[in-house]
Amino acid sequence: MTVLELRDVHRVHGSGETTVHALRGVTLTVDAGELVAVMGPSGSGKSTLLNLAGGLDRPTEGEVAVDGTVLAGCSRRALAALRRRRVGYVFQDLNLLASLTAAENVALPLELDGMGARQARQLAVAALSEVDLDGHGSRFPDELSGGQQQRVAIARALIGQRRLVLADEPTGALDSQTGEAVMRLLRSKVDGGAAGLLVTHEARHAAWADRVVFLRDGVVVDTSGPLDQPDELLTTPGGVQ
Amino acid sequence: MYGYQLRATFEESTGGTWPLNIGQVYTTLSRLERDGLARSLPEGDGGQRPYEITDAGRADLATWFGTPVGRSDRPRDELAIKLALALSTPGVDVRAVVQTQRAATMRMLQEYTRLKARDDQAADLAWRLVLDAMIFQAEAEARWLDHCEASLVRYSPPPAAEPQAAVEPRSARADHTAKASRR
Repeated sequence: MTVLELRDVHRVHGSGETTVHALRGVTLTVDAGELVAVMGPSGSGKSTLLNLAGGLDRPTEGEVAVDGTVLAGCSRRALAALRRRRVGYVFQDLNLLASLTAAENVALPLELDGMGARQARQLAVAALSEVDLDGHGSRFPDELSGGQQQRVAIARALIGQRRLVLADEPTGALDSQTGEAVMRLLRSKVDGGAAGLLVTHEARHAAWADRVVFLRDGVVVDTSGPLDQPDELLTTPGGVQ
Repeated sequence: MYGYQLRATFEESTGGTWPLNIGQVYTTLSRLERDGLARSLPEGDGGQRPYEITDAGRADLATWFGTPVGRSDRPRDELAIKLALALSTPGVDVRAVVQTQRAATMRMLQEYTRLKARDDQAADLAWRLVLDAMIFQAEAEARWLDHCEASLVRYSPPPAAEPQAAVEPRSARADHTAKASRR
């Protein structure tokens, strides 16, 4: 089932001589249970794509739909509610609030959505447990390691009825082992039924995705999906040497 | 240790990535025996001959572990050769060559990662490290291809020699040849 759909999306910034075509006719779908990675050089339109997918920006032309709801048709209020309830974000700079504990950070979207503090906290503690952070709920972000903070961000991104997780360089400043643990977690969350869109410049992390989309100058130039028979790699001469 | 045990140990450690032919194992054992690095023991009940390592073999093994693997021991890099030739061959879309390779490298990386995801953390460390070696090699290739693409964007080919050739055929040709040989 399709969760995110971009249809012939264009995004133009500025006008006249300073016009920048950030995206030129991008069409992309992400299904439930699917992780799609977007790769491309700086300025290729990766972050614009992610912002449009999350309703943080609007396309100049074309349509973006989340769970069948076309974002352009939403009022600001409806869009804010959709962002709170159905879309989760994991950014490189985490955006955890330093004055709130890990559990309060995770509970925040639920409380903003009107849930009682007690129930929201219970759900937050359960969500932290799912990312192997049992017993860390009352710690503040600066009392956690980089990898633990990123796991809090993932727990917050996927709490409640979130169907779509958008991740922008989520392994950014982490070492390779911790970065891999974050990717494993993202992968398992997506395998659990969410749809994921990941922007990264690290091929090793993009490789956790089902599909890798290459953007160049705002255009999708290629898509790489899995081989039909993965084990072939280990026996064919082109695979391992 | 018997030949078939050596083969099994090797394949277990490397996750069956490089399957060994049993004939190859015994040929190697004979060569090691000839060089004094291993010795054969009396045949067992099954009629098969076990081998053991000698002191000289142990010393040789220690030297092997202590010596870095040289780049010259690896095969020529066909991909680097292909890109270099693509740049100097008229009519080749070099960015397309880069992208075709990058998609293939990415697909390989995805499959290695899938194998890795299939095994949990408790999986055999030796096999995980072999898999990581392949993952890091593929990643290095992908990064190099990114670098190639960025370099191609900034690259402006030297002006064509033809217009000049009409006026000064000999020096223009010499200039072109010099550039081609530098690449």
